[in-house]
Amino acid sequence: MTTNGRPDTLRIGDMALSSRLIMGTSRYPNPRVMLDALEASGAELVTVAIRRVNLQDASGERFLDLLKPYRCLPNTAGCYTAKEAVLVAQLAREALETRLIKLEVIGDDETLLPDVEQLLRAAKELVDDGFSVMVYANDDPITCRKLADLGCAAIMPLAAPIGSGQGLVNPYNLALIRDMIQDTPLIVDAGIGTASDAARVMELGYDGVLLNTAVSDAQHPVAMAAAMRRAVEAGRLAFLSGRMPRRTYAQASSPMEGRIGK
Amino acid sequence: MSRTLPRATESRAERPALIVGGGVAGLALGWRLLCAGRGVHLFERDRAGRGASWAAAGMLAPDAEIGFEDPELYRLNRESLRRWPSFAAALKAESDVETGFREGGALHVAPDRDAAEALRRRYDFMKAQGLNVQWLSTAEALDIEPFITSRPAAVLYSPTDSQVDARALVKALRAAFLQAGGVLREGTPVRAVEPDAEAPAVVTEDGERVAGSCVALAMGAWSHGLQGLAPDRQPPVRPVRGQMIELQVEPPFGLQHVVRSAHTYAAPKPGGRVLVGATMEEMGFDARVTAGGLYAMLEEIRKIVPGVDDLPVRDLWAGLRPASRDHLPILGPSSAPGVVMATGFFRHGMLLAPVASEEVARYVLTGETSAWIAPFLPERFEAALA
Repeated sequence: MTTNGRPDTLRIGDMALSSRLIMGTSRYPNPRVMLDALEASGAELVTVAIRRVNLQDASGERFLDLLKPYRCLPNTAGCYTAKEAVLVAQLAREALETRLIKLEVIGDDETLLPDVEQLLRAAKELVDDGFSVMVYANDDPITCRKLADLGCAAIMPLAAPIGSGQGLVNPYNLALIRDMIQDTPLIVDAGIGTASDAARVMELGYDGVLLNTAVSDAQHPVAMAAAMRRAVEAGRLAFLSGRMPRRTYAQASSPMEGRIGK
Repeated sequence: MSRTLPRATESRAERPALIVGGGVAGLALGWRLLCAGRGVHLFERDRAGRGASWAAAGMLAPDAEIGFEDPELYRLNRESLRRWPSFAAALKAESDVETGFREGGALHVAPDRDAAEALRRRYDFMKAQGLNVQWLSTAEALDIEPFITSRPAAVLYSPTDSQVDARALVKALRAAFLQAGGVLREGTPVRAVEPDAEAPAVVTEDGERVAGSCVALAMGAWSHGLQGLAPDRQPPVRPVRGQMIELQVEPPFGLQHVVRSAHTYAAPKPGGRVLVGATMEEMGFDARVTAGGLYAMLEEIRKIVPGVDDLPVRDLWAGLRPASRDHLPILGPSSAPGVVMATGFFRHGMLLAPVASEEVARYVLTGETSAWIAPFLPERFEAALA
């Protein structure tokens, strides 16, 4: 996307992306639909659950090979402690030869909300170890600020719990986080249900949206991926364009001056 | 007894059809060709039917498995289920082995509100497609199957979904194949295929070259990586692991129907057994059973069939489903001359055995690509790569 003729580039660490939509790769009906949906989404960066893919075996068609056109963001989904997440991140770095990691440390199975104490610990350890950490976080402004202060490459608060499709359950907090964190990229990760949710996130001034289930569990994932691409672009453009002020009373669009009969 | 090299005078029809892979797909195709009077040599790297076929639960469930965007697979599944009773009868007549084919329907039980929402979406879609499925009250559901949970959040009934005993099917097909005069070469891995319009051949690991009238690839998850096919002509198949639990039925437990939730099912089988399955995991050729896999299945199944709690565990295993890139089967002639495919059956290998074996055999015998297999030709992947 370009704005005023200039490319609107998203920079995360030393990575430059022209798409502000980051896509997950789980739960699609099949790999063909996944690949078509990724293409329709326009995403350049895709996230892969490192514990749920086969990293070694090359004798069958490999899932990871299908994702070769994309930049791969390994994630630590399924980790419940800092220690576990750090080990999985190191495994991912070795297997995929990337410093990028999407850090998730989950607190329980019912909500899949982050465990803040373990999350901060893992984030510090990984940043110190040279990782470019994109961290999945609660929508708590203080936690997010602490993660930014630790040196994470991107802070990714949730709109709603993973896979819930509930949309922005606390837009006020999301706005507050944007207001408090100006120098680190902010991406909403989790909770997006449909296209308008993604557009709203971008209108709040967020740098990007990461989603998976909203597309993979749609009845027609490829079409929904195209919708998300447009929604993210629309929301971004609307944010950059500066919306009109709200008014209490109507104001006619056509000028009143020079009307016949006055 | 087998003439391995074609003589110049030997006509194509006299050479045997060669099949690589002795699972249900390969055995059924071989048996169908034998029934039509063709000679068949089948090469199996291990023991026939001991791969994914042996691990399968034997679901014959077009309705339960319908996908939002796969109407052609649904039509094929439905047609194959229609052919199942006569297929089972013919197989019994030839082999004298019962396959455990059983109608009776399946109940889809939603254990909680979120699952009920998802089930409702599927039900609305199924009704829009004209499927014979019913949304049941709890009382109606318990009348049909008293061993589901007494407090389901929702229950859907698909009365025509059926099942078979996969291991009995393997035994029946193997016996029928031999009875009909097929040459079964177990313990004989094939290294390479040599495409040729007139006399395609296979080369075994030991270097033996056998030429035939055609080569059919039915190697399931192992279909990828055969020498002699260009990389973009390899069937794009990968293994998807499914873990299974076999329980011993003890009174008063007496489940009569297949009961399913979104990711788990319990299926009563002949001989006082219940199969609980199955995970869907992308773990390459690792066919081990894991604690997490077992836990996930047991946690889910006891919510919808609480009576499993008391049943002794008889066995645990994992199988590798052959999944193509679009999760649809790969059937019929490939662009490699003389090479046909019957693989990529994924979750539907037992269900599709009748229609796939009959329609691929029809192609081998007559050169006709029937409307049933036309949507599933291997060339769709070549086009996708171009």
